Amino acid sequence: MTADQPSDQGRSDWPLFEVFLRSKRGLNHVHVGSLHAADAQMALHHARDLYTRRNEGVSIWVVAAADITASSPDEKDPFFAPSGDKVYRHPTFYDIPDSVPHI
Amino acid sequence: MGFDTAYEAIAEESGDQRWAFGTGFSGPLTGVDTAVPAGVAGADLAAYCLMLGDDALIMSHRLQEWLARAPELEEETALANIALDLLGQAQLLLARAGQADGSGRSEDDFAFGRAEREFRNVVLTEVTDADFGGLIARLLVFSTWRLALLDRLRSARDPVLAAVAAKGVKEVAYHRDYAAQWLLRLAGGTEYSRGRMVAGLAAVAPLVAELFSCTEVERGLAAAQVAVDPASLRAEYDSVIASVLDLARLAWPDAPGLAGATVERGAAGLRGAVGERGRDGVHTEAMGDLLAELQSVARAYPGGTW
Repeated sequence: MTADQPSDQGRSDWPLFEVFLRSKRGLNHVHVGSLHAADAQMALHHARDLYTRRNEGVSIWVVAAADITASSPDEKDPFFAPSGDKVYRHPTFYDIPDSVPHI
Repeated sequence: MGFDTAYEAIAEESGDQRWAFGTGFSGPLTGVDTAVPAGVAGADLAAYCLMLGDDALIMSHRLQEWLARAPELEEETALANIALDLLGQAQLLLARAGQADGSGRSEDDFAFGRAEREFRNVVLTEVTDADFGGLIARLLVFSTWRLALLDRLRSARDPVLAAVAAKGVKEVAYHRDYAAQWLLRLAGGTEYSRGRMVAGLAAVAPLVAELFSCTEVERGLAAAQVAVDPASLRAEYDSVIASVLDLARLAWPDAPGLAGATVERGAAGLRGAVGERGRDGVHTEAMGDLLAELQSVARAYPGGTW
């Protein structure tokens, strides 16, 4: 390969970004998919072009997939099972006085 | 919340108006008065709409040719979006031309039923791109110029043109941003990518002067505050291009102009007999191929509907 030829290296090296959208009435950003981009700024543009074409969003977050630390399926039981039988953690064991509205 | 897809969770419900995932669509011409403004010749207004409409239609077609050829899937969608924005502007402008000249021709009649000499687009929109760098240079020049034009056209005395311009400004502002971002990336990338960007700018440079030359129709309509005199866009165009090139540490190539072609309009008596450029219906060789492709289906199956 001569020096003035473009290199194919880098083409498939664009990192993965995860895309989160907030809709007009939505309160929080919702994960909608992922895309490849050279950097965060390009990812934001790609997200606009790929995920907001049908009027879905008013705000976009992009996060490099590599920056997300996720729980592993292997840890499902130690992580989540212990909370399954602890109904008393829900605040439903109180008598609410009639004089306290909006609870 | 039992949503099957993330899209369902963020879509708005609005009864019968719901369309696909997004909602809240409205037509750009809703409630706009479509009568030709007083004191304006319908034929002139139609001619002006064809100029702006053909610019959008032909540029859109060249962008569509990049689909399945773009360097990345994500860029392909971006280019398709830009092409679709321009096609939408062309649709409104060509339909307006049919209204204004009283012929009642539709946008399809204009797009698929005219011969090459009847197209009024500037040559910049019809030329082919040697590579992605060439496309970016052409898109930056085109959208910088068109944004300046549409921005002024928003206050045009024709309510339809004003509405189309108001819609177009938001679209073309993004197109310009897209092209500028890529110019900076290519110029600041490798030696090779910078070289492609320089070559792309050199290829479009001779085509820029035509953008700012004024036809008689434009001059007359500009005086009636219905059109924009393209010469008045030059300062804004130059300053935007200069600031982008400055960031990229590039210089605008010296453009000698196309040999034998003059961009200044000749004497009035020569018009029609000796047209000089795209606005007069004189196009480059590339335009023939483009129209053959664009009109092939409509010519093979006249009046066909799907």
